Parts: sequence; C-alpha cells; structure tokens
Amino acid sequence: MTRKQKRLAIISGGVGFIVVAVFLVMFAFSQSVSYFYVPGDLAKADVKPGTRIRLGGLVKTGSWVRGEGTTSTFEVTDTLSTVKVTYTGILPDLFREGQGVVAEGAFVAGSPVFVADTVLAKHDETYMPKDVADRLKAQGVELSGKEKIK
Amino acid sequence: MIIEFGLYALVLSLATAIVLSVLPAVGAWRGDANLMAVAPVAALGQFVLVTISFGVLMHAHLVSDFSVANVWQNSHSLIPTLYKVSGVWGNHEGSMMLWLFILSLFSALVALFGGNLPASLKANVLAVQGWISAAFILFIVLTSNPFLRIFPPPPEGRDLNPVLQDVGLAIHPPLLYLGYVGFSVCFSFAVAALMEGRIDAAWARWVRPWALAAWTFLTAGIAMGSYWAYYELGWGGWWFWDPVENASFMPWLAGTALLHSALVMEKREALKIWTVLLAILTFSLSLLGTFLVRSGVLTSVHAFASDPSRGVFILAILVIFIGGALTLFALRAGSLTAGGLFAPVSREGALVLNNLILTVSTATVLIGTLYPMALESLTGEKISVGAPFFNLTFGLLMLPLLLAVPFGPLLAWKRADLLGAAQRLFFAVAAGFVIAIAIWYFENGGPVLAVLGIALAFYLMVGALTDLWFRGGFGKVPFSTALRRLAGLPRSAIGTAFAHFGLGVSVLGIIAVSAFQTENVVEMKPGQTVEAGGYVLKFEGMKRGQGPNFTEDRGTFSLTKAGVSVGQISSSKRVYMARQMPTTEAGIRTFGLSQFYVALGDLMPDGGIVVRVWWKPFIICIWFGALIMMAGGFISLSDRRLRVGAPARRAKKVAAPALEAAE
Repeated sequence: MTRKQKRLAIISGGVGFIVVAVFLVMFAFSQSVSYFYVPGDLAKADVKPGTRIRLGGLVKTGSWVRGEGTTSTFEVTDTLSTVKVTYTGILPDLFREGQGVVAEGAFVAGSPVFVADTVLAKHDETYMPKDVADRLKAQGVELSGKEKIK
Repeated sequence: MIIEFGLYALVLSLATAIVLSVLPAVGAWRGDANLMAVAPVAALGQFVLVTISFGVLMHAHLVSDFSVANVWQNSHSLIPTLYKVSGVWGNHEGSMMLWLFILSLFSALVALFGGNLPASLKANVLAVQGWISAAFILFIVLTSNPFLRIFPPPPEGRDLNPVLQDVGLAIHPPLLYLGYVGFSVCFSFAVAALMEGRIDAAWARWVRPWALAAWTFLTAGIAMGSYWAYYELGWGGWWFWDPVENASFMPWLAGTALLHSALVMEKREALKIWTVLLAILTFSLSLLGTFLVRSGVLTSVHAFASDPSRGVFILAILVIFIGGALTLFALRAGSLTAGGLFAPVSREGALVLNNLILTVSTATVLIGTLYPMALESLTGEKISVGAPFFNLTFGLLMLPLLLAVPFGPLLAWKRADLLGAAQRLFFAVAAGFVIAIAIWYFENGGPVLAVLGIALAFYLMVGALTDLWFRGGFGKVPFSTALRRLAGLPRSAIGTAFAHFGLGVSVLGIIAVSAFQTENVVEMKPGQTVEAGGYVLKFEGMKRGQGPNFTEDRGTFSLTKAGVSVGQISSSKRVYMARQMPTTEAGIRTFGLSQFYVALGDLMPDGGIVVRVWWKPFIICIWFGALIMMAGGFISLSDRRLRVGAPARRAKKVAAPALEAAE
C-alpha cells in the first residue's frame, strides 16, 4: 500500500467507528433517557403507561402504608397535587414522611398508581433533591429544608 | 494563633506560585539560566509552604479546635482519630487543600527528579505547574478558606457526615487525587513543549513515567471508591454511572489512551500531535471532574454544601486552562512534523485502534454525563441518563477493544503478521471457551451471553500470558532457559502483561456478577431462613449496641452450607447522634472470590425485619483485577528505561541498545 492508501485505510476505519458510536448514542438516548416530573406536571404532560419517568416531590405526611411483605405505598406531593406510589423493596434510610423523594418507575395502564422500582432519598440530613427543590420553587412553594406538609 | 499561621503560609505559597509562574518562563524565553534556576527552588518552596498550611489544618482537626469553622462543621470530639485525620478532606475546603497539596507535591517531584530534562523544558514545565497552583490557591483563599474562625467557639462539633466515617475516606480521596492531579504533570509537559515548539521521542520518554504513575494511582483510587460505595451504601451495587463516578472515570480512560499513544511516540516518533493533545485532554477531564464535583451543579455524596461563586470560579479556571492550552495547541500543532510510517496492521496500528476506541468511549461517557445539564440549562427540561445508556453505548463500544487487547503485544512494530498473532492466540480462545462452559455448568446455567462474556474474560487473561509465553520461548527451549528469558524481559513488558491480565480479571468479575448474582428481599423473624448461592442464611436476632458516636440495632445471622456452619454475618442500622442521621452497615462475608451480602431494611410492626440478601459470585475479581492492573503499573514504572533520570545514564552504556532491540 502507498502512504496515501494506508492513511486512507486508517482514517476511514476511524470515521466508520465514530459514525457507529454516534448512532449508538442516539439510539441509547431514545431508549433510556427518563424525564423528571413533579405531580403537578403530570396532568399537563401526557405520560404514557410504561414510559419510564422519575417522579419527585415530598412524601405526604400520614400517607406511608406498609403492605404485605416488603411492599409499601405512599403519596408524593408537590403541595398542589398528589400521586399515589407503590414500591416493593427496601426504602432508603433517609426516606421519611414530609421529606423529599425521587421515585423511578412507570404508570401501569388503567391505573393512576405509579409503580416505582427505585426510590431515592439522599444521604444528607437536610436533603431535598435539587430537581425537586427547583421545580417546587418554580411552582411557588417555599421550602425551608425541614418541610412538614399536612 | 497557629491557625492564622496556616493561612499565612497559604498566602505565602500563592506568592511563591506566582514567582514560579513568571520567572522561569521568562528565563526559558530569554535563555537566561539564572531565571530558569528559580524554578526548582520556587517549586520546592511552594511545596513546603503548602505542606505547612495543610499540616496546620490537620492539626486543628486532630485537636478538635472548634473555633475553626471547618473543624466545627466536619468533626466531633468523640470520633476516632482516623476519622479526625480523614475528616480533613471530607469536606469542600479540606478536599481542595488536599488537591493543592498533591499538586504541589508533583511540582516538587518534577523539580527533584527532573535533573535530566533540558533546562528550558524543565523551567517551562514547572512554570505551567505554577500557573495551575496559583489558580487553585487563589480559589481556596478567595472562596474556600478552611481557616475561617467562628466566635464564640462552639463546645462541640457537628460531626463528620456518617457515610464518610469509614476507612475508605482515608484511602480513596488521596489515591484518586494522586491520579487526577498527577496528570497535571503531563499537561504541563505538553504545554511547555508547545511553548518551545519542539517535541520528539525523548519528550514521550519523559512524560510516560508521570502518566504511568498518575494512571496507576487513579486505577487504585477508582477501584477503592467503587468498593467503598459497594459496602458502605448498602445497595449492593459497585458502579452506578453516577456523574461523579464518570468524572473520575473519564480521565482514567483518556489517561489509558495517553499511556498507549506515548508508547508509539517514544518508540516510533509517530502520533506526536495526537499524544500532546491527549495529554492536554486528560488533565482537562480532571479539571472538568473537579468542576462537576466541586461546583455544586451535581447533587451527590461527593458534592458537599456548595456556593455558586465557587462554581463560577472553577469554571473560569477550567475555561482559561483548557481554552488556553487548546489555543496554543491550535497555533503550534501545524509546525510539528509528522513521524514514522506504519502499516495498518502493526503494533502502532493496534495502539491507534486502542486510542480510537478509548477516546470515542470517553466521548460517549462525557455526552451522557453533560447532556442532562446542557439540556436543563437550555430548555429547563430535567432528564436523567442512567446506567442503561452507559451500558449500551460504552459496553458495546469497548467490546472490539477487549477483543483486540491480546493482539497488541503480539504484533510487531511497523508491519505485523495478523494471522500469526491469531494462531498464537488460538490457545487463549480455546481455553476461554472451555473455562467459560465449565463455569456456566457449575453456576447451573444462566444466560448464554454470559458464556461468551466469561470466555472473553479468560481469553484476555490467557492472551496476556501468551505474550510472555512466546517471548520466554516456553515449549521451545528448556524450561529453565525460558524462565531466565522471562526474568530478563523488560519490566514494561511484564507490566503490560499484568495490566492486561488484570483487565481480564475485572471483566470476569463484572460479567459473572451481572449474569449470576441473586437478590432476595424478604421479611424475616428470628429463626427463619433464606437460601442464596447454595448457602442458608438464618436470622438469629436483633441486639442494641453503642458505638463511640452512634447507637445501632445489629441483626445477627448464621450461615450454613449443606448443614455445616460456615460463620456469621451481621448487619446493622446506625443512628449517628450528632446529626441524628441513620445509615445501614451491610454485612459481607467473602467465600473465595464470591461474597454473601446482607443489608437490613425496616423493622416491621409484627417484629420481623426486612432483609436484602445478595449472592455475588466472583465479585472480588472486579477490584482484584484493578489491583493487578495497579501492580502492572508499578512493575512498569520500575523499568530502568522509564525510571526518571535513567535515559541519560543509559545513553552511556553500550549494552543497553541490544536490550532494546530484543523487545
């Protein structure tokens, strides 16, 4: 091979690989990106059953009920509207009523209950997930960090 | 008084760093030897001053001086001494001090061991280190002063974040920073070389040990962080593709690429421009990581309370250094001459493939990490890009690299015989499949893809040894001769084999855990049992306990296998008094390379407790592989050829070139 051909072989191989990578990234984004909502958004946004989303807000005081085995239900609220959530598994140490939470999962067709497969609450005592705090603030809810929501 | 002394030393170190930034560079520009000679003195002086300042902060933590806000916020008189020490960097200000301390340490090391560098290059390298130091000292003094006092001094501290109260905090950040910040030396070498406009194979020989040392520490730091998160968080996961993890992983990927491309440049004078660019990019990713973690744009365990002015400051540092270096690169790259020629199938070609795949993979991780932030600042829409994205993109893109790794060392420079290399690897492929099917059989089935994955892992391991096998001439010459030849191989070849073998071991752990782990979430009452991985776990009961600064409910379990007792596991839920913060301490028992992992959940009203039980086969391999890679890094560093100062001495010897020819 001449010098030019060698260079061409290397460059076209490289460009080919990059093109594959770009398509892969675009495909992965279309498959696995999940959007973040607070309960108030859900009425406006048309979230289809089965679409993975992250639902954030505060755990409504008095709503946490342990069911059979390791299943719990609780309500996530942004103080304006609430959504009922069920979760099977161990809730994080910092999961408490009246404090911030992010639940990942999806709605099941024909039911208003959100089925979470992951529940996050951060490892800091005064934690309010940043996503939740920003969104709640945008909705006019003032937060002090130690929320008590009735 | 002593606290003010620490601040004073820090401010003086700023002055020294400014001197270091200016005089040697001017000296190198004008060819003034006296000005250039300032560099080592100023670098060492700055190191001494920063060490004093860092020592004062550590002293304040050790004696629990709560008149210092930083100590008050992050320490407690009752915590064990180890956590008082590690608590120094368990907060924003202190971790920036550790960053600076390690940066100054590297400048001092360049000053001490850079005796064989041309005077002007050494002066410029240290001057660039001085710029970075000055920027970070200024950042600490202006936005993150750890020496701020409070009056009146509170009687008791607010305690270190309980999640950080672990031996991991004493090891993980220093190792990680030794890696992260170590790449600053490569960056400085690149910028200095661009300033001089001269880059040759010798430059790569000088840079490689620094890149290798930084890479080795970063490998250890990431592995340690992963194991820490695994046992501390109680979630049973070892890697979450969390932006903060990605922040340390990207410099590692780019640094791995840098190590390999510098090899091509050193041996064959090819890929010069690319290597310089990679050196800049690697440290840029370290800076980006520092920005992501320290600016508060992320919420994570690592992002301590943050303040927006800090974010803007670090962003400015980021823009100035990355932008400046890339501009300089754009101006000068054209004048650098292209180096040696090689056929696509050759050692160089294999290393180019390595670089292509590693940089593209780094780019996908970067996109996945930054895209949500970019989208939010542009449209206000909040999305999360989680593990599935990274597993799909990064995982698939790395696959061809893993297949190619064993080929690399078997290919000759310039033009190689691909078929010959493939024939030599035939045994590795066969061995991989045989072992994988055996494991699959013993694990009682599982996904068929797992067989391919495990075969890949063993192919990597056996493939790494294949190179040593053929170089030693095992099977052709008497065994003792082959062993002698093996011992006589350059340490870098043995280091390479170790690193590639370690990669295989890590891949084995990752695949085996993903394919064969079992997870049970059950409610247990004392006396009840649950089965996992062939073991039977029996819940013995709960007990209250008291630690130095926490109370705990400890659940004890006994483990039996085929009716024979093999030991106990205990997991506890702790509440740390000062912050009233609960944590879960997982119970882990290791059996060979596998682990049994138990984490307590909530107490149920009927007296039972929710327990999460995992059987994690081969999980130790993930970190053990990283340890082997690290060992490979150190072995390679001990190679005479790479040891700092060695090239100059070697040049006088006659025997040395023969050795090189043998490689």
